[in-house]
Amino acid sequence: MALDEFFVTGEPLIYAGMVSIALVSAAIIFLLTYFKRWGWLWREWLTTVDHKKIGIMYILSALVMLFRGGADALMMRMQLAFPSLEFLNAQHYNEIFTTHGTVMIIFMAMPFLIGLMNIIVPLQIGARDFAFPFVNALSFWSFFLGAMLFNISFVIGGSPDAGWTSYTPLAGAAMSPGPGQNFYLMGLQLSGIGTLATGINLMVTILKMRAPGMKLFHMPIFTWSTLVTCFIIVFAFPILTVALALLTIDRIFGSQFFTLTGEGLPMMWANLFWMWGHPEVYIVILPAFGIFSEVIATFAKKRLFGYSAMVWSMIIIALLSFIVWVHHFFTMGAGAFVNSVFSVSTMLIAVPTGVKIFNWLGTLYKSKIEFTVPMLWSLAFIPSFILGGVTGVMLGMAAADYQFHNSYFLVAHFHYVLIAGTVFACFAGLVYWYPKMFGHKMNERIGKWAFWLFLIGFHVCFFPQYFLGLDGMPRRLFVTNIAEWLPLNVISTVGAFGMGAGFAVFVFNIYYSYRYSEREKTGDAWGHGRTLEWSTTTPVPFYNFATVPYVDEIDPYVRMKEEGKTTFDEKKLKPIHMPSYTGQPIIMMGFLAFASFALIFEWIPLAIVGLLLAVGSMIYRSFDYDDGYYVPVDEIKRTERKARGL
Amino acid sequence: MADTNKKVPTQHVIGFLLSLVMTLIAAWAVIGSALPTMWIIISIFVLAFLQAGVQLFMFMHITEKSSGGGHVPWNMMFHGFALAAIVVAGSLFTMSFGFDHGDMHGGDHGGNEQHEEHSNHGE
Repeated sequence: MALDEFFVTGEPLIYAGMVSIALVSAAIIFLLTYFKRWGWLWREWLTTVDHKKIGIMYILSALVMLFRGGADALMMRMQLAFPSLEFLNAQHYNEIFTTHGTVMIIFMAMPFLIGLMNIIVPLQIGARDFAFPFVNALSFWSFFLGAMLFNISFVIGGSPDAGWTSYTPLAGAAMSPGPGQNFYLMGLQLSGIGTLATGINLMVTILKMRAPGMKLFHMPIFTWSTLVTCFIIVFAFPILTVALALLTIDRIFGSQFFTLTGEGLPMMWANLFWMWGHPEVYIVILPAFGIFSEVIATFAKKRLFGYSAMVWSMIIIALLSFIVWVHHFFTMGAGAFVNSVFSVSTMLIAVPTGVKIFNWLGTLYKSKIEFTVPMLWSLAFIPSFILGGVTGVMLGMAAADYQFHNSYFLVAHFHYVLIAGTVFACFAGLVYWYPKMFGHKMNERIGKWAFWLFLIGFHVCFFPQYFLGLDGMPRRLFVTNIAEWLPLNVISTVGAFGMGAGFAVFVFNIYYSYRYSEREKTGDAWGHGRTLEWSTTTPVPFYNFATVPYVDEIDPYVRMKEEGKTTFDEKKLKPIHMPSYTGQPIIMMGFLAFASFALIFEWIPLAIVGLLLAVGSMIYRSFDYDDGYYVPVDEIKRTERKARGL
Repeated sequence: MADTNKKVPTQHVIGFLLSLVMTLIAAWAVIGSALPTMWIIISIFVLAFLQAGVQLFMFMHITEKSSGGGHVPWNMMFHGFALAAIVVAGSLFTMSFGFDHGDMHGGDHGGNEQHEEHSNHGE
């Protein structure tokens, strides 16, 4: 293979991308060497199995991916507002909307939420780590390397360009030759291993490692949302794994599962993809609901209204999420009966979601609300999300969907639910739990600037798109030189840059707060914490809880504070069993990433070498009898006394 | 984890080899054998059920005596079967197109019409 086939050539924007990748990599390597931090990086981060550190790495990667997906979005908006500039050509535009969708869903939304779950769930249930800390590290590296594999595609080999849904036959070997689609398949497959493993890991952690006395219906609502999400992950992700594997075999080894010829069923891809894809959107929205519930209860200073109704509505949403997938392709040509069945099941989802909305309103009702930044994100979520939800019901009517399908009305709908739901929740959750992670709050004044810029930008960007859709503008269109569409497109682009500015201010706030924010002295940073994570000291010791408290109610920390108790009881101290750090996860996943990269370019012998190395490292792991170590009582005593000022 | 028993896990190794062998036989039945289609379908179905059995009995604690059968995850198994039923029955239902061949919409990629013929042929 010639070098100019390996690297993408001929695009000034992509040359700029290559230069910036080279510069940033060089800068990172220089800084690490100059400050002699390589050993620190390896010992403290790359080999860690601590759920809090892994969570921070997840969130950091997700923020980087948000930047990348956002840059894609701004390039698209530039093209749509100024079509005569010819900023992007058709091919480049196709690649950018494909990577924007994939990056935002798979490599931004999910890792961000999984990062928050990583840090918070063990703290909320009084656990010292995950059930399987090694597997947790493995999950992170599989996600991270999968994401890197997918992201490198735009400079090496060429990006996938068949949409984030990657519909066949377009995505098949006949119509999309070359490595582009393979990057999509292998990137998702590799990171999918991590997601599935995390689902199992968190499920076991929540079911088996709760503090003594804590029944399922005593768990904080965020932990509940995580548990329900894990069930969806465990049941939905295998479908994606199989679909990706079948399409990979189609593309690389010439089978005919989804091809037009040889009795393949191209629409079977859409069917399988959305059987995973619909549960997937609930994987990213249910934890968001959990975060909003926590934030709203905290700053309304009340117990969450309708706790059990909240839990049951999440369970019902999870069940319904598996029987609505056909509403993504009503226009495939199925008969009225098939479409009607899925139309009805789709509209049913509005019922439990409505229950949740009313419960949030019930929590806020007659409460003394404190308008902190996380609360602002949560309050903005409710009306914004309802706009997305209501248009979702409109799209759910099969007959009407023939008009809305693949128009900007749909684009506006899913951005309204995903941004107002998931992205707002990511920001709310990050700001809310930030003091627990880093020992200081984010600056409130700058945080409010970021919030208002992002919120106004969001509505200015996406509200006009409903009307663009009703005016007939189809999605994934790169030439929009139609006079009636232009004004709304320009407004939308202005809003998109507002969101970009909001994100920039948010990131600046991370730096500013690191420099200037007051350091936390207590564990209960907001003063109104209700659940166990606020009962730990800040910074959280690596073993989380020196002594695990007995919990037999919802919001146990409220009573603890009233009675002046802490979770710490020096008389009950025992040596704590902790897992050892290990470099095996990153190495194992490195081999798999190598095999995936070889498979993308269809270098079969190299791929086999990579797979054999990966299997070899798994066998090595099977005979690794490192059972971790015990933290002696003296050390715990010293740490706790210092942290608690005893 | 609590298990510090360092013997070779015979059952797991046998299960692993069995599942590999059955996968290879299934692949051979489809790619390499000259069996009639119906026999191929029957044989891969039988192999699939055996495969599931190997997973349940060799790996998934279903035979665990120590807890008096308390480890058998009936709840999760039920959910698994329910989901498998949704995937299979749902796909058949959806991909049958409701047996409606008249009102064809253009669709996204214009591949529907051709696909329709194939799916009829396949049934």
